Amino acid sequence: MSSQAAQSVTNYARGASHQFSGPTDPAADAHWPSGQVRKGFFTDTSICIGCKACEVACKEWNHNPRDGDLELTGWSYDNTQSLGASTWRHVAFIEQDRERIEQARESGRKLVDLGMPAVRPSGSSSGEGRAAYRDQDVTPPDTPEFRWLMASDVCKHCTHAGCLDVCPTGALFRTEFGSVVVQDDVCNGCGTCVAGCPFGVIERRSDGTAAPTTRSGEKKGEQPDVPKRGVAQKCTLCYDRLVDGETPACAKTCPTTSIKFGDHPDLVETARDRVHQLHEEGLTEARLYGANELDGVGGTGAMFLLLDEPETYGLPPDPRVPTADLPVMFRRAGLAAAGMLAGAAVAFLGGGR
Amino acid sequence: MANADCIVLQGGNMAEAHPVGFQWVAEAKARGAKVIHVDPRFTRTSAVADKHVAIRAGSDVALLGALINHVLSNELWFKDYVVAYTNAATLVGEDFQDTEDLGGLFSGFDPETGTYDSSSWAYAHAHPDEHQPHQGGAPGDALGSGGPPLQHAEVERDETLQHPRTVFQILKRHYSRYTPEMVQEVCGISPADFDYLARAVTENSGRERTTCFAYATGWTQHTLGAQFIRTAAVLQLLLGNVGRPGGGIMALRGHASIQGSTDIPTLFNLLPGYLPMPMAGNHDNLQDYLASVGTKQQKGFWANSDSYFVSLMKAYFGDAATAENDWYFDRLPRMTGAHGTYETAMSMLADEVEGYFVLGQNPAVGSANGKLQREGMRHLKWMVVRDLSLIESATWWKDSPEVESGEVRTEDIETEVFFMPAATHVEKAGSFTQTQRMLQWRHQAVQPPGQCQSEMDFFFELGRRIRGLVAASDDERDRPLLDMTWDYPVDDEGNPDPESVLREINGYRTTDTGERELLSSYTELAADGSTSSGCWIYTGVFADDQNKAARRTPHGGPGVSQSQWGWAWPSDRRILYNRASADPDGKPWSDRKKYVWWDESEQKWVGDDVPDFPVDRAPHSRPDPAVGGPAALAGDDPFIMQSDGKGWLFAPKGLVDGPLPTHYEAQESPVRNGLYPQQQSPARLIYPRQDNLSAPSAGTPGAGIYPFVFTTYRLTEHHTAGGMSRWLPYLSELQPEMFCEVSPQLAAERGLVNEGWATIVSPRAVIEARVLVTERMKPLTVGGRIVHQVGLPYHWGVGNHALVTGDSANDLIGVTLDPNVQIQESKVASCDVIAGRRPRGRAADALLASYNERAGVTVHTDNQRVTDVREEDVDDE
Repeated sequence: MSSQAAQSVTNYARGASHQFSGPTDPAADAHWPSGQVRKGFFTDTSICIGCKACEVACKEWNHNPRDGDLELTGWSYDNTQSLGASTWRHVAFIEQDRERIEQARESGRKLVDLGMPAVRPSGSSSGEGRAAYRDQDVTPPDTPEFRWLMASDVCKHCTHAGCLDVCPTGALFRTEFGSVVVQDDVCNGCGTCVAGCPFGVIERRSDGTAAPTTRSGEKKGEQPDVPKRGVAQKCTLCYDRLVDGETPACAKTCPTTSIKFGDHPDLVETARDRVHQLHEEGLTEARLYGANELDGVGGTGAMFLLLDEPETYGLPPDPRVPTADLPVMFRRAGLAAAGMLAGAAVAFLGGGR
Repeated sequence: MANADCIVLQGGNMAEAHPVGFQWVAEAKARGAKVIHVDPRFTRTSAVADKHVAIRAGSDVALLGALINHVLSNELWFKDYVVAYTNAATLVGEDFQDTEDLGGLFSGFDPETGTYDSSSWAYAHAHPDEHQPHQGGAPGDALGSGGPPLQHAEVERDETLQHPRTVFQILKRHYSRYTPEMVQEVCGISPADFDYLARAVTENSGRERTTCFAYATGWTQHTLGAQFIRTAAVLQLLLGNVGRPGGGIMALRGHASIQGSTDIPTLFNLLPGYLPMPMAGNHDNLQDYLASVGTKQQKGFWANSDSYFVSLMKAYFGDAATAENDWYFDRLPRMTGAHGTYETAMSMLADEVEGYFVLGQNPAVGSANGKLQREGMRHLKWMVVRDLSLIESATWWKDSPEVESGEVRTEDIETEVFFMPAATHVEKAGSFTQTQRMLQWRHQAVQPPGQCQSEMDFFFELGRRIRGLVAASDDERDRPLLDMTWDYPVDDEGNPDPESVLREINGYRTTDTGERELLSSYTELAADGSTSSGCWIYTGVFADDQNKAARRTPHGGPGVSQSQWGWAWPSDRRILYNRASADPDGKPWSDRKKYVWWDESEQKWVGDDVPDFPVDRAPHSRPDPAVGGPAALAGDDPFIMQSDGKGWLFAPKGLVDGPLPTHYEAQESPVRNGLYPQQQSPARLIYPRQDNLSAPSAGTPGAGIYPFVFTTYRLTEHHTAGGMSRWLPYLSELQPEMFCEVSPQLAAERGLVNEGWATIVSPRAVIEARVLVTERMKPLTVGGRIVHQVGLPYHWGVGNHALVTGDSANDLIGVTLDPNVQIQESKVASCDVIAGRRPRGRAADALLASYNERAGVTVHTDNQRVTDVREEDVDDE
């Protein structure tokens, strides 16, 4: 950590009202005047059709350049592979056989038995609608032979954002909507945030990932000039759209409402209702990700309904913001320093004997 | 679709190819509907369906026929609906013979011409003494959508359905051997999966519930594609799922206005509004022509075809169309045969075609037998390509596979190619007509850049210039050009006003004072020359001088039919034949599915939609059928465009390849027909040519050389032949390379490795593709052996201009067509797959030649009309 960064962290640490872990309203925590409800995403992967319209709409709106070398990856239908400096929405494709499906259902059932996520009586209108049309059948459906999971990933806009907390320049900031945004004219490309993100989302846009490449004998397209090279880049929750009262581009374009945008508290409610509904249908593999404000990042602004363990989708099972332990570390560092001082004093005193 | 209780997606991949429309499936599912995907591949549609049923490509009639048999033999059909609204009770003539009698053929087949004489399929005559004129088989391209006319609507019916010549009994017998066991043998579907499907469909049909089907090119692109859809129609009629909310058979159309391009057609055999194009010999005068569209004696609205046609002629030719010159009929061009895209390509090869306009298509990549297409273009004197980018059909003369291989040299090609840049959909205004027959107006967002032009501006200018060239001509053949109305109001740049075109299509009445009054319904059209309409089914879109296609009330307004969004033809009806949503007494079948019903107090049909019925025709009204036309429709004749007012389980006329759907194998198949000695559809259109060879089917010598079935398809990320996607980085990066999809079992058998390369060989071409090994492809056990299916998307083409290029899957496909609609069989064919990249240059030709030699392929392979009855078949009987 550079001395500048250490200074920045120290400044934050001294701020009496800034909280490094646990439940909080991040915008209020960042001293925004109250009034704006936190915004977020709820991505329900159980109804994603893998059309990738979110990836395209995101790039169109944000003028992000093409990624990669225009070569087939062989990873099912996933040819962009991960979130990065130029791909701020990424759709994962996971093919699973029966054995893996049964494991997912079983691991989900254990979560339910542990009481996580909170399963409450269904009060949602959709739940009632279903009940009206079909008998209350809660036996799990037959485990299919095969399934194809699709999930659109995005920056989590953490309640406690590692990228933000470690940024030495102030290029990253917490918006009034509770989201986390890079100011690319302030970012100096130091890359501290890249190591600070527990999800591996933020990335510097380098020449290497975006430059055109050619394979012998085959013409590949030339890439127009890549903007904002060397600068850290990630999803802004379409900050420029939010200030105009518009929905983020990905959620706006999603044809099946797999990506839902709205007020964070409402989305948490919707997410819990949905997982409850799927559990009622016997799909115990359904679980929420990011909706628990007691997790290592204080919950996320972008939540997900997953149908398997997070690792399956390339998500960390227990994300933890690296600055969560800062207060403890400072206390320990202080104790250590005091100890050292005391030791030195003792040595000095002893030496004087 | 959102109202359906069960949705069967078959012959299509809706989530991938129609992701926006799929929102309605998602909504139905959220409301509790069951969604089943029947497809050779596990696709993104299967991923979100309740169940995927893997089927062998091309065997859909066997599956749907077995569902029909299941419904009939288990008494699961909707009796009140079927007896009242379909032709189940109608008697067929004594001469009819079924495929059960003739080894897979119907009566009337002529093996010499490969065509049916359909006269023996006709309804029994109610008055046998009267003279019934002999009616031979008309070619499929000579009929509009109404099919052929009936001489009258007086048919013989037995409402007990017991008479052996009732359609119902014929149907029962025809499908009696379509059993779950047969489905396993023919389609590779287990009895358990069949049972699941049968239960889902039947438990979600009836008074309280409805099931809908949706299909796309997975049903149409077969030698019996029209019959695939007919099979679903028969099943849906038996289950009472037509004309009701959440029912029907949805034709998922491809591009934004593909529906519009059949309504106001780009098809050679149709005039606007599904009026047939006149044919030399059959339609030598107006009376013959109109009689072939619909007689005044038959029931329903096709009896008024004279009004539709005369109004069209008035829109085309204005004052030059008069009663004296038969409304200009004599000067209309005549067809002399089929002039579909494949016949045209073959005519090019015969040097019968000089020039070619290519608009909104990329035949060098997107049409079957690409090599034949490109060779055809080399025979042209000139061609014009209008597109957004320099597509392969514009650059084949310098970078086609044939130039690459050295087979052809650019300097030897004499074709002059003109490229005209086109405006995109955001750069022009106009209407799109989508799958639901709904017109939606599109406003211009920005001006097209540079010289890019919309089609409308281009053709208006072209017409203006051509008319200028012949302005002084007194040659008779130039008269139609000069008489044509070409008087649209123009803007400052000289381009016509798009809304003025929609007004012309809507139509108007010219009053005595010469004023033009816009019409509000096709029922206002007249045959006396007082009205004009560019497309009768669109009349009303501009009623009251309001562009109703531009209506955009969020969610379509409060009603269930969402009637305040856009405008649906005809007369803004959102569900066709919706009189069938009420029972014969005019009451809703159930409260849950009520839609349109008879209001006793008002004495008219009312409900959530515009009633698709004479609005004051009481349910128990029984007019004398002899009066003909709409007036002859009884109160329980919901199918108002059919000449007897009933839904056709059995088609006495109109189809050229049989009155009932029957399972035949594809042109090329590794499997013998499990149901009949007849292997392929006898009436399919075959083109035995050296440049269009077929792989030997099962049971013939050389059958094992091309052992695998392949099927072609689209991906969400790309536009069909790539014209709108392979030039765009954001789409190209999502699916950058041509690939093939194979099962782990086939990969093991052929040494294929994920991410590696494979070479795919058919009797037409050799191509290469990257490999995706996936359990989404499942080998099927059919007829006691394993059948491997190979998946090939068809978006890539060989060229130098696109961001991403690759070999074209369409080069592998041969030209064999459905005789009703001239569509190619591109969803199923035979191939071999070997590991590694393809040979280059002439070595690829040598590989192909060695394959065809080993297989003993000749121009006669698979091209017999009637399959020879083999020894073992005789022994079986």
